[in-house]
Amino acid sequence: MAWAILNNRRLDARGGALSPASGQKPRPAENNPMPHFFLFLTIVAYVFSLGSYSRYLRAGKEISGRLGTVFLILGLIAHYFALLDRARASHTVPYHDINGSLSLFGWLLALTYLGLELFHRQRSVGAFVMPFVLAFFLAANLTAGDKLSPPPAHGAVFAFHVTLSILAYAAFALSFVLSLIFLVENSLLRNRNLTEFVWRLPPLELLERMSRSSVLVGIVSIAIGTVLGFIWVDRLTGQYFDPKYVVTLLVVLLYAVYWLLSRTTAWRGVRASRLCIFNFVIVVLSFTVVNLYLSHSHRYF
Amino acid sequence: MEIVLVGLNHRTAPVEVRERVSFTAEQARRAADELRARGILEETLVLSTCNRSEVYGVPPESAHDSLKALASFLSEFHSVGVEILFSSLYHHYDRNAVRHLFRVSAGLDSMLLGEAEIIGQVRDAYKSAHEQGATGPVLNRLFQGALEVGKRVRTDTQLGMRPMSVAAAGVKLAERIFGKLAGHTALVIGAGAVSEQVINTLRDRGVTDLFVMNRSRDRAEELAHKVDGTVVEWGDWQNALLKPDVVVSSISTEDPVLSRLVLESAMEARSGRALFLMDLGLPRNIESTAADIYNVYLYNLDDLSSIVSQNRQAREGEVPRAEAIIEDHVTKFLSWQASVELVGFVTALRARLREDRAAFLHARLAQATHLSPQDREHIESIMEEMLEKFLVQPAERLRDERELRRKIQNVEALRDLFLSDREKR
Repeated sequence: MAWAILNNRRLDARGGALSPASGQKPRPAENNPMPHFFLFLTIVAYVFSLGSYSRYLRAGKEISGRLGTVFLILGLIAHYFALLDRARASHTVPYHDINGSLSLFGWLLALTYLGLELFHRQRSVGAFVMPFVLAFFLAANLTAGDKLSPPPAHGAVFAFHVTLSILAYAAFALSFVLSLIFLVENSLLRNRNLTEFVWRLPPLELLERMSRSSVLVGIVSIAIGTVLGFIWVDRLTGQYFDPKYVVTLLVVLLYAVYWLLSRTTAWRGVRASRLCIFNFVIVVLSFTVVNLYLSHSHRYF
Repeated sequence: MEIVLVGLNHRTAPVEVRERVSFTAEQARRAADELRARGILEETLVLSTCNRSEVYGVPPESAHDSLKALASFLSEFHSVGVEILFSSLYHHYDRNAVRHLFRVSAGLDSMLLGEAEIIGQVRDAYKSAHEQGATGPVLNRLFQGALEVGKRVRTDTQLGMRPMSVAAAGVKLAERIFGKLAGHTALVIGAGAVSEQVINTLRDRGVTDLFVMNRSRDRAEELAHKVDGTVVEWGDWQNALLKPDVVVSSISTEDPVLSRLVLESAMEARSGRALFLMDLGLPRNIESTAADIYNVYLYNLDDLSSIVSQNRQAREGEVPRAEAIIEDHVTKFLSWQASVELVGFVTALRARLREDRAAFLHARLAQATHLSPQDREHIESIMEEMLEKFLVQPAERLRDERELRRKIQNVEALRDLFLSDREKR
């Protein structure tokens, strides 16, 4: 990952960061000009993607669905370069402030969705996911960033830890959206509220499968990311306990339980979807309350 | 190059008349041969379905009142009285005939708006007539256009996308739950016509294993044999409800045959796996409270009928778009037709001018005795060159400019102006 390379600074024996190898002083975030070209391109591509997916949902035209995917891919590429430019301009990783984290989250959310769409060959969900992707990107790039000095470099291990963790959050967020759609569609079907909208949505069984796939991506990412986090903590501070670890393990456990139970006939359907939504509430709490107020090593913003 | 159409359909003729005027495949071929042999039509195609019988054709140039000749032929061919037939027949020619065919192919003229079966019937009729050699360049182009229109209307509009029967609506709903039904199992309770229709729809959507249950075992076995299904003992709900994902019930009964209690027990036995129930009976075959059971989806006749009604309205809403597509294709066909006629006209005009030139030169040069043979040849070639220059630019413009061809709607007027009756032939 590029920001892992960007972060590739020599560490001392305990894993602490040294001054940048180049001797250059990192530029504060507020002085870095936004990559306007890639910013513009990303917004345009995501907006067109949203429009195309919405048209596909409304009218069922295959060409609209395909255009949605094409624009999404273009948006992902432009977004990636926007992140890279942001990181290079500030000589640090893109997630060093809340804006960068939001942008990376949006990118990984879009990437995870694209993977699910291609794997399950289902485009109807695009119209529900793209607003979030767009919202996160706009929030990240159109609001003023925190005036923080770039943090000391923490090495590639740390970079992978953070990126995989954000990927996990994105995957869990996607499963949350899918579970919500499942519950809405299920409710409409059971209440015989059979409007135009219902015919456009994916079948219930497919929504469940997509949600499980997304959760699997999240579990694997968070597991690897957490292990890398432990490695980094051991090298850097030698401090092992942090409430964040407990909550993260709880999240992994809850999603593992979801993944197993959702495959059983007794839990398939509404029960599994509700569990998935509950799990995501814990994730949001972990990302906000735990990070901000309880954790020692996760208070970045 | 006129196109004529004579026919009757479910709107203009009662079923008693339609069934007397319908054509089997063999009759259609025979009728096409006779129409051509008698000189009524040069190109001909018979389209006959349960709701319409129509004859499309291109009459010879010399033909007068082809419509009357066609109507008389139909009366004679089917031994139906003229007075009975003529009150049910409609006739169209040229633009209206083209538009009618395109509307038929798009499903706009069907009893069930937007139904898809008609385009297959049009295709089969065209294929048969083409193989027989009954069609020519005009009908070939016309029917290829009709198939293209039918496909485009169904692709670009919602006209053919929504189920219009209760059985189809129910199966579509099942697909909302399970996705594709390929590999899924169904139980059909009842062995009547409705059950058979549902089974056909389920099979079309890919249901593999089919179970049939009926009070009369003989009838269950008869239906199961017909549809390659398996008979389940009447009343053996515990076993019958274990495997299927879709259950369709359509029997005559005073009281429900499937109670909530039975279904709860069945759901427990199948570990709560999702179950789709389609109750097509009246009175209802399944207790309505069963809809509250976890992972049970229950729909009755009213629910499915309201879907069909919504779909009908949605299809009707798509008609203006479909008509616009059809009109676009009608214009394209007529433009092609005009271009063919124009090319024919230019060719005939060139021949006419050459003849006139030859006659003119022969008369004038006969008096010019002072001219040598080389001079005469030179004058002839100058006049030939002038003739070509006069004609070549209009011919190229007609070939290249679609808008110009569209403007020249009445080629017949040009032919009347420049050609004699002999030359028009």
